[in-house]
Amino acid sequence: MSSVSIRKIRKSFAGLIVLDSVDMEIAPGEFIVILGPSGCGKSTLLNVIAGLDDCDSGQIVIDAVDVSGLEPSQRGLAMVFQSYALFPAMTVRRNLSFGMEVAGTPKATIVQKVDWVAKLLQIEVLLDRKPSQLSGGQRQRVAIGRALVRSSSICLFDEPLSNLDAKLRAETRVELKQLHETLKSTMIYVTHDQIEAMTMADRVAVMHKGRVEQFAPPQSIYEKPASLFVAGFVGSPAMNLLEGSLDGAGRFLVGQRSVSSSTYPFEEPSTAGEAVLGIRCEDIDVVEPGSPDSIPAKLAFTELLGADALGWFDCLGKRMSVRLGVDAARSMRKEVGLRFDIAKASFFSASTERRL
Amino acid sequence: MTVVFFFGIVAVFFYGSILWTGYMSLTRSTLMPNYNFVGFDQYIKLFTNHRWLVSCLNMVIFGVLYIVGTLAFGTLLAVFADRRIRAESLFRTIFLYPLAVSLIVTGLSWRWVLDPVNGLQGLVRGMGWENFTFDWLTDPNRAIYTLVIAGIWHSAGLIMVIILAGLRGVDEDLWKAIRMEGIPLWRAYLQVIFPGMRPVVASCVVLLMSDVIRGYDLVIAMTKGGPGIATEMPAKFAVDYYFARVNLGLASAASIAMLVLSLLLLAPYFYSEFRRRT
Repeated sequence: MSSVSIRKIRKSFAGLIVLDSVDMEIAPGEFIVILGPSGCGKSTLLNVIAGLDDCDSGQIVIDAVDVSGLEPSQRGLAMVFQSYALFPAMTVRRNLSFGMEVAGTPKATIVQKVDWVAKLLQIEVLLDRKPSQLSGGQRQRVAIGRALVRSSSICLFDEPLSNLDAKLRAETRVELKQLHETLKSTMIYVTHDQIEAMTMADRVAVMHKGRVEQFAPPQSIYEKPASLFVAGFVGSPAMNLLEGSLDGAGRFLVGQRSVSSSTYPFEEPSTAGEAVLGIRCEDIDVVEPGSPDSIPAKLAFTELLGADALGWFDCLGKRMSVRLGVDAARSMRKEVGLRFDIAKASFFSASTERRL
Repeated sequence: MTVVFFFGIVAVFFYGSILWTGYMSLTRSTLMPNYNFVGFDQYIKLFTNHRWLVSCLNMVIFGVLYIVGTLAFGTLLAVFADRRIRAESLFRTIFLYPLAVSLIVTGLSWRWVLDPVNGLQGLVRGMGWENFTFDWLTDPNRAIYTLVIAGIWHSAGLIMVIILAGLRGVDEDLWKAIRMEGIPLWRAYLQVIFPGMRPVVASCVVLLMSDVIRGYDLVIAMTKGGPGIATEMPAKFAVDYYFARVNLGLASAASIAMLVLSLLLLAPYFYSEFRRRT
């Protein structure tokens, strides 16, 4: 178990800022997911942590030791890659042992470690095969195994599941989580898949344009997004967003309509000005049209998702999603009213796009 | 229509010629074709012919040294170019340039350079080292190595370009994994990268093998098979017997023997390619 602290990492490439003063404190044994759309700098950040990529300024500190100037192999890290990057002409056994062999580890230790990893990942029967004879999922296991035999206390993952099919991805996700429980090593995991982030992470760092937008446990990322970007990026369907203005006296005005904002826990009371209301589909109730504090809406269509359903309503000039029971969705009328649970909603400043 | 026509031409002039040569090798033809069938007489003559046997031995010596040398040298150049050196494309052009020169010109140039009187030896002696000797070209035991040197010089650039293309196709993540494991560069190339590029290397070997079997122009330009018969090659043997010694039968037998030899050498390659597919 090791702590990692990332201090003011900056990197620009040909005038484009890739990493803009990234700070992160990672506690020993934490499972951190770095989440973001492609091109947000998440893989670059991981490469900088690993030492595979240089940064312009900043420090990587592992267990209170500044490793910024060290070679990747000297940092005590292990890494799993998106394309697995197995050594193509070597058997699985050799793939696992080659790094130790080069490092001059005694033979007995090598055999012992390979056996341990093979048992842990259930790849004993594959040990004498070549990577080309393995399926994607099996290759993934070997790649994880190769990282584990390094016995480093920190393991980095660069989108390790994105080349697997959906079912296998779900299974491997659970196994990785269990592996983390067993090994208790610090894990830093880069992905663009928010389900992976939500299910596996102790804390998620959402990145956008080279900055960490929010670094928090997954549930608070979902419930209390720190910025408009996080609100739009995390959650499926995306959070409903309504542009309007706060009057500073407990009302949020959208066009001709208004809703009460008095139950919302503002960081600064009586905030006024242009704002965006973000509300999740499950925080909206469908009520009789004309009920108090409701906004009239028109049903566009419904989607049945099996366990529940989504209703899509035209409301205040926007298409909004509302989570419904399957029965309610089947018998939904055309003209309804929508009531927002403002206490669970989010307000963002229209100018800074930060949470109010 | 065009395709049929095209295949017709190929069938007649290519496979037709092979069949006709095969037939000729079973006759006692000399200057003109003679259609009297004599069985395998010409092959028996061929394989008891000292000059032919020396040719075959020369081809093996030249072939092994040339293929190994060119691969090693070309690969080394490719590895250097792959390390993102400055002016890479300039070097690539320089090393590829010999390939643009015909083998005849290559051979002539090297003959001049290696000529004991006018070439390198003469130059060094002229500078004062009177005892300097480099007369491989005229030494019957060493002349074959001068062919190897010229051949490697000519083909190393091509191998470099092919291997370099293969190296550029190596997954970026694989290099990252190598760095994470702290594997030294020479072990990374020898034990990880090149074993993973087997198809590329195999293509290079096949390409070079065909150079060896066809090898004619370089010999003609540099040594004309000499001194004596020290650098005779099978292709030159066949041409000599076709046109200079007007022995159509024996020359045809030599040609067919070369064809069979080529097929035998290529068989492992096709076999492994075929096995990979299925």
